[in-house]
Amino acid sequence: MIGLLKIAFKLLVNDKGKFAALLIGITFAVFLMVQMTSIFAGILQKASAVVTNIGAKIWIMDPSVTTVANSVPMPDYVQDAVRSIPGVKYAVPLYSGGATLKLQSGVYQSVTVLGLDDTSLLGRPELLEGNIEDIYAENGFIVVKDSEIEKLENPVVGTVFELNDHRGVIVGIAKVTNNGLFGIPSLYTTYNRAIQYIPSARFTSSYILVEPKVESDIATIKQEVANMGYLAITDEEFCNKISNFYKYKTGIGTNILFMTIISFVVGLSISGQTFYTFILENLDKFGALKAIGAKSQELVIMIVFQAAFTALTGYGLGVGLCTLMIFLAKMRLPNYASIVTYTDLGMAFLMVIIIAIFSSYIGVRKVLKIEPFDVFRG
Amino acid sequence: MANTAIIARQLVKWFGEGESRTNAVQEVSFEIRYGESFFLVGPSGSGKTTLLSMMSGILRPNSGSVLIDNTDIWSLNNDELADFRLNRIGFVFQDYHLFPRLTTVENVAIPLILKRCDWDEAIEEALKFLDIVGLKGRAFLPPVKLSGGEQQRVAIARAMVSQPDILIFDEPTASLDGDSGKKIMAFVKSDILNEKRCVLVVTHDDRIFEFADCIMKMEDGKVTAIEKGLAK
Repeated sequence: MIGLLKIAFKLLVNDKGKFAALLIGITFAVFLMVQMTSIFAGILQKASAVVTNIGAKIWIMDPSVTTVANSVPMPDYVQDAVRSIPGVKYAVPLYSGGATLKLQSGVYQSVTVLGLDDTSLLGRPELLEGNIEDIYAENGFIVVKDSEIEKLENPVVGTVFELNDHRGVIVGIAKVTNNGLFGIPSLYTTYNRAIQYIPSARFTSSYILVEPKVESDIATIKQEVANMGYLAITDEEFCNKISNFYKYKTGIGTNILFMTIISFVVGLSISGQTFYTFILENLDKFGALKAIGAKSQELVIMIVFQAAFTALTGYGLGVGLCTLMIFLAKMRLPNYASIVTYTDLGMAFLMVIIIAIFSSYIGVRKVLKIEPFDVFRG
Repeated sequence: MANTAIIARQLVKWFGEGESRTNAVQEVSFEIRYGESFFLVGPSGSGKTTLLSMMSGILRPNSGSVLIDNTDIWSLNNDELADFRLNRIGFVFQDYHLFPRLTTVENVAIPLILKRCDWDEAIEEALKFLDIVGLKGRAFLPPVKLSGGEQQRVAIARAMVSQPDILIFDEPTASLDGDSGKKIMAFVKSDILNEKRCVLVVTHDDRIFEFADCIMKMEDGKVTAIEKGLAK
């Protein structure tokens, strides 16, 4: 059998023009498919950055919230009520809102401000410079060192700015797991300072962060919060909620889906057509093989091997090319929203398998139909 | 007297049905013996190729039988027929049907590879047969780099490599000039044919009739004459 596969391999790769066309077709299709889905995955990951960075187990919010950025403030009594639910270990407020800074150069810059619970500082980031207690110092803010920090003119500990006519001082530089989606720098401060410095509506708690005593309490907490007219979801569910918003409530998901389908169709067409031509050109040879004594199933194995080899090589090249492109892009644009996930790879692999099955099907159909007698008849 | 290699009995083959039915071969019977070069001749459309295909287990007759070593090959199923062709018959096609993307030696090794021989052993064996046909020096070239006569010899080496006892040549000189055709047939006669092997040649090239032990003439699907004991 190895000998047969070796022949199939040589027939395929020695036809350099067609093999190259097949590889280019599949590589290009895989590249586009993985690229599209990676960008989408990157967007979704960044859209949920605050949730993953804060790291709370349960988030309580107004049911109409769709993403972290469009929080609907809740009255303070919600927090008290939540603390009274059996199974809640602790519950703290989180402020999340936008503000405009006036930098030392006089330039104005939008920022996202996260106000952490004054007592626990739940959700505090890991500091690269400074001391977390300094967040309690007068006008203390911690800046996140990510790709957006240069928009704040690369502040250091001690850098001063203005926020709604309030003085602000950078007391620490932090790092976070994920950067935000919209290219806006992030600042951390205490909850009370945030609601004091930033104009707020009547209610001020964007979210209430809850830690359950045990995992099994989560269901009870959800139910009790729902009885109050609010929504309690786990961090994972919140990320999914945000993903679903971008997937189904914006045009992004649809566009990505279309591009992925188009990439798939392009790959299918190019490889299907080229493979069919390859089979047609060798049809008389396959007929001769049949006449010599090759069984139909042996020819099927050869063709399936050729299609599978091409598809898998194209898949590898496509994924490699995509990864390289993302790597290069991230070198230039650190905030480039793209991440290759196992789901993306799995989807692209599935599509490549479909391409291989389709290509081999049309080849096998043709080869099985050829009669050795046709070889004699010419 | 040599043993009978092939017995064809009352072979009938038609194509199409009703008014479009064409009787390609009509009740043809004959025998071929080992050590014999048997020529099947006749004009185009006389049924030579159809008959050859039935003799070699490629085209199922409508009626009649083909006995090889007392086995009716048309009683075999498709896989058994494929094995039969692989083990007992060597084909030299009119257009050679060599794979241009394989080297000459790889082309020759194909029947052995189909017989599940180890790759290296198959190549080694194929080289021996290329040596027999005088093309060992061209073993690693692609067939397209060879002349028509050389390609014909590669096809012969491929047909011989699995040591079949029946060799079938379909219009072996059709793509060759007169001299090359004669050289090939002389080579077949002197170096390929032996007492354990018979050669069945389909041709309408009368320049090579001199290499035949027996000539069977066909016209309109019927045998019109059989001439035996011709070879010099």
